[in-house]
Amino acid sequence: MTVPARLATLLAVAGLASLPLWAPRFLLTVAAEVLIFGIAATSLNLLLGYTGLISMGHAAYFATGGYVAGLLAKHVTPLFWATTPVGMVAAAALALVVGAFALRTAAVTFLMITLAVGQMLYALAIKWRTVTGGSDGLLGIPKPTGLGVEMDAPRMYLVALVCYLLVLWFLRRLLAAPFGRTLVGIRENEGRLRALGCNVQAYKLAAFVLAGGLAGLGGALFGQFNGFIAPSEIHWHRSGQLMIMIIIGGVHSLIGPLLGAFVVVAIQDLVSSLLTQRWMTVMGLVFIGFVLVARGGLVGLWHALHRAVRRGLPVSLPARPLRRPARDADVPAPDADVPAK
Amino acid sequence: MDLIFLAQQFLNGASFAMTLFLVAVGLTLIFGLMDVLNLAHGTFYLIGAYIGLSVVKTTGNFWLALVVAPVAVALLGYAVEIALIRPLYARGHLDQVLLTLGLAFVLADQARHVWGAFEEAIPAPPGLVGVLALGPLFYPKYRLFVIAFGLVAAGVLWVLIERTRWGAVIRAGVSNRTMVRSLGIDINRVFAHTFAFGCGLAALAGVVAGPIIGVAPGLDAEILMLALIVVVTGGLGSLSGSFWGAILIGQADTFGKALLPDFSLFFIFGVMALVLLYRPGGLLAKGGP
Repeated sequence: MTVPARLATLLAVAGLASLPLWAPRFLLTVAAEVLIFGIAATSLNLLLGYTGLISMGHAAYFATGGYVAGLLAKHVTPLFWATTPVGMVAAAALALVVGAFALRTAAVTFLMITLAVGQMLYALAIKWRTVTGGSDGLLGIPKPTGLGVEMDAPRMYLVALVCYLLVLWFLRRLLAAPFGRTLVGIRENEGRLRALGCNVQAYKLAAFVLAGGLAGLGGALFGQFNGFIAPSEIHWHRSGQLMIMIIIGGVHSLIGPLLGAFVVVAIQDLVSSLLTQRWMTVMGLVFIGFVLVARGGLVGLWHALHRAVRRGLPVSLPARPLRRPARDADVPAPDADVPAK
Repeated sequence: MDLIFLAQQFLNGASFAMTLFLVAVGLTLIFGLMDVLNLAHGTFYLIGAYIGLSVVKTTGNFWLALVVAPVAVALLGYAVEIALIRPLYARGHLDQVLLTLGLAFVLADQARHVWGAFEEAIPAPPGLVGVLALGPLFYPKYRLFVIAFGLVAAGVLWVLIERTRWGAVIRAGVSNRTMVRSLGIDINRVFAHTFAFGCGLAALAGVVAGPIIGVAPGLDAEILMLALIVVVTGGLGSLSGSFWGAILIGQADTFGKALLPDFSLFFIFGVMALVLLYRPGGLLAKGGP
């Protein structure tokens, strides 16, 4: 990082950490929600933006973390250091099972299967009434203990902030390491990596399990902070929202998903209370706009603006450097992994 | 468990399978030809069912609904293709998936505001209410109609795709788009027609299934999931794949519900997993995985 970038990061973290000092209580709850969905969206972006895997059922791992941590807190112990890791491990284990099976298939089939599995777990959460509480959700999850203080709104916000920063730091290190470079390599040209002798399947599965576990962390925090978790957290609308957050924020950046989470939560809370009940329509239209004209999301727009100011040129929107479609008739080679231009 | 029970379940499975086939075939046609995975497909199903419900409520005529809803939804699909999907062809899967995802959110929200959040069933046409005696077995007439309707629709689709010029262009487009374009065929127009046609099929399925499954918010996601499972199991982009996939999943779901009510979901998932374990491309996939 350059010196100004370091300074900006430091300022941003300081600003976020100072929120409990001046912000009203309801804002802290909303901010904690943004951070929690930020964790979930960032974990999904490890697959979507960095490995090139379009997973459409990510809410399932989020909710698994939430349900497992919640059940543990309710029936065994509310100790934070027990519930949260177990929720994460459970989500990662589910990701291992689904991934081992779904990753055998091609890109689009993979997307379809992850979506279908997510919907199936949604239906399971509704039907398995004795364990999950059915459509009412799992109610009465106790506040986490073991952090030395009683968990009120400012403290829960700070815990969410620390968790988010840890996830960010971890993924930053991971993506700079050979493991992360390999994932990006798989996104760019899977065939070449396979030819180099890389076990592409194992790397993809590792990324899938890791992303599932981190989503489980988000879910575990969500359930324990809100005191409940409902089947709507597994629904494909939630998975879609996580994807929307990534695209609005910026798919090739680590902080993009958090920005997107902020925008989506803001639309949900502000539009529904101030303008219209149809916040989902507003969110959908904003999202469609980003897909059509601003493919790099907010981070991409920022970079475009930055470049334009520096060069004194008119703003041009950045092209998202994702892979071109493998199955396109104008790609001449029969090899499905023609590198992106 | 006696024979009558088995026959009943088999017929239930068959009528459900025919509905699944009608939904899945639109999804797979659109994907096969255009390479577009339409995540709003379940939403088109739901909107079709709602329009059908409104038509039956105002006119009392089920057969009119069976025509009006698919045509209306096909026109909607046509507009969507031209306005939103066409600009994205050069960009690849992810952008199309994302766009149709956004569309599904917007349309589902609008449908909820137009038709409300209640669960309703489309009334079956008067001639098809009641049961028919098949020897010792009494079976609802309407479900028999659905089975027959599905089989006829499958036959018509087969003829359309295997025996007409339009079908030939689609089949050619699936295997080589550039070639079709260079033959002087306006592939963009074919795409728009196919997309509209696929959406219309989803709406048709919505009306046909309306008297059995009903119409309710949330059904869009459930139908999308089932259609995806059928398409994945049968083999992506294949007409006969969706037919046999629908039969397999329809029967698995029905027998699963009858035998182990709490685990029926794992039945269809298990069938899909088994098929994909041996054939990662689906039952009738062309070539290897």
